[in-house]
Order: sequence, then C-alpha cells, then structure tokens
Amino acid sequence: MSWLTLIFGEKKSTASVAKERLQLIIAHERACSSGPDFLPELQKDLVAVISKYFPVNPEDIKVGLEKQGNYEVLEVNIVLPDGR
Amino acid sequence: MATIITVTSGKGGVGKTTTSASIASGLALRGYKTAVIDFDVGLRNLDLIMGCERRVVYDFVNVIQGDANLHQALIKDKHADNLFVLPASQTRDKDALTEEGVENVLKELAHQGFDYIVCDSPAGIEHGAIMALTFADQAIVVTNPEVSSVRDSDRILGILQSKSRRAIEGREPVKEHLLVTRYSPKRAAEGEMLTYTDIQELLRIPLLGVIPESEAVLHASNQGIPAIHQKGTPVADAYLDAIGRFLGEEHPLRFVDYEKPGLIKRLFGGK
Repeated sequence: MSWLTLIFGEKKSTASVAKERLQLIIAHERACSSGPDFLPELQKDLVAVISKYFPVNPEDIKVGLEKQGNYEVLEVNIVLPDGR
Repeated sequence: MATIITVTSGKGGVGKTTTSASIASGLALRGYKTAVIDFDVGLRNLDLIMGCERRVVYDFVNVIQGDANLHQALIKDKHADNLFVLPASQTRDKDALTEEGVENVLKELAHQGFDYIVCDSPAGIEHGAIMALTFADQAIVVTNPEVSSVRDSDRILGILQSKSRRAIEGREPVKEHLLVTRYSPKRAAEGEMLTYTDIQELLRIPLLGVIPESEAVLHASNQGIPAIHQKGTPVADAYLDAIGRFLGEEHPLRFVDYEKPGLIKRLFGGK
C-alpha cells in the first residue's frame, strides 16, 4: 500500500479527524464555561457605582474577558455620556 | 468514613450501569462493605443488571420520603457478600430526589459502616444527574471512543468542578477517573476509532482502565449477573484491574493492543 499512498496521497484516518474536531470544540467550550459566570454581575455592579457620579446607560459599559497567550485580560469599556 | 463514588458520563448508553454494577461488585469482592444506588428515577435498570429486580419492595424515594427505612429498602446482592443495592423508584417524579433527602440517605449509609457508596448516575445533566454527583468524593467518568461521548464527558467534568459540594465548599476537588468502555483495539489500531490515549489527552484526567467491547457484557445483563463475575473474560479481567488501580495498585493495561494476524493465521483461520 505504501507506494500507492505515495502516488495518491495519504488518506487521513477518520479517528484523527475526530480527534482534531474534538480538540477544537472542547477547547472552545471550556473557554466559554469557565470565567464569564461573574461578568454579568460585575457589569451590574459597575453600572451601579458609576451611576452614583454621573448618569450612564447600562449598555455603555462593556465587560469582557479575553485570552491572550497565557494571560487573561479583563477589559472594561465605559462610554461617557455626551456633553461632558 | 464512607467514600462516595459517582459513575457518570453525560451521554446515555455508554455503560454507566454496567460499570456501576461491576465496580460495586469488585469493591465488595475485595471485602469492602459497599452500597450501589440507582439515581435514575423513573427509568430504573440497575436492579435488572444486578439481577435483583424481583426482590425490590421499597426504593430510594421511599426512604427519602420516610415511607420505609434503609434497612427495608437495601437489597442484599446474591453474588457478593458485603454488597447492597438501593433501587430507584420507577413511578415517582425525579424531583422527589431532594438534595437534603439524598444527603440524609448517604449519611445514614456512612453511619451504618459502609466503606463505599457507588452512585449510578442517569444520563444527561438534569436534576437526577446533578444529585448523583453533588456529594461525590470520587467520580468515574465512563467514555466511549466516539465524538459525542467524549464531548459529553468533558461537559460533565465541568459540572463536577462547579456543582459538586466539594467544589462549592472549596474543599479538595472530586477525584476524577477516566474509564474507557466498548473499546476495540483492532479498530483503534486501524485508525477507525479514537485510541484511549487520544481520549485521555482530550479529557486530561487519569485513566482508570479500558474495558474492551465484548459479547460478555450482553450475556451478563441477560442473566442479571454483573460483568465482573464473567470469569476469564477480558471484560471481567479489565474491571478487576480497574478495581485494583482504584485501590492504588499498579496493573499494566491489558486488552488494548491489537496484533495483526500473521499470514498463517489468516490462511488457517482461528480467532
């Protein structure tokens, strides 16, 4: 079979396809399920605190957790209302 | 101190009940006083696999609701001393498994001197499955070499790490074990099936054992005798090895390598 595969190219075994697909989906699902649990709470608290000082829309505060290499970066983005 | 072992998988039909029956029997054969509890309320089957279906009088929910005491509900196994079965209720609603009720039954079993309590989880991630893993000290995650089973196992591991009492209370985490079942060394060798090392790499938990696909499992369930008692079969030996490893012994993996039959064997047949 070896010279045949040389000519026609090696066909990937279905098991290795399965493994690659699982690696991707499991990594994705692990990233989703770990962490962001507390993000909505944090966002609510931030809105409450900032509203004490000036009016702000809950939608104007964005909280996100991003993975960059070995670091996790917590990103908080606050859009201040116009006229300030 | 009783150790609570939850047998779980997420996906159905992968061999949870077969494994619960064999692991519980194996521990009892080693001399540990063991109880095995069916958490699959409404779809009980552990009684059939253990061969005690005609001796069920009271069940888990009866005990939780105080209609019977543990002593009345526990069924003594015919094949192993020290082993008792607590069947699930076939008629009640699964919400009858309250967290408090389950905890009380587990405490009472511990109080009665049981060494191991094996919880046979239902499939899925609904209430019954959550109740089965809430109080786990150790978990055996049963996985088939197949994509949906591996993904569901990963999901259930996430739930163990967030919803078990040990996780919630910040105690030492539940000790996780991977048990690969329905494994075909031939298909794995030929690239048709995930290998046990693939699965272990994906799930990243220690391997407790690999149980080969075998006709013996169906023979066992047909007769209501746990597979571990099918003496001399690879399945029984693989479960016995897994029990040994669970108890801290070292056993090399068996029944995982495939040897291509030589020319002579191919010409003259034979298995």
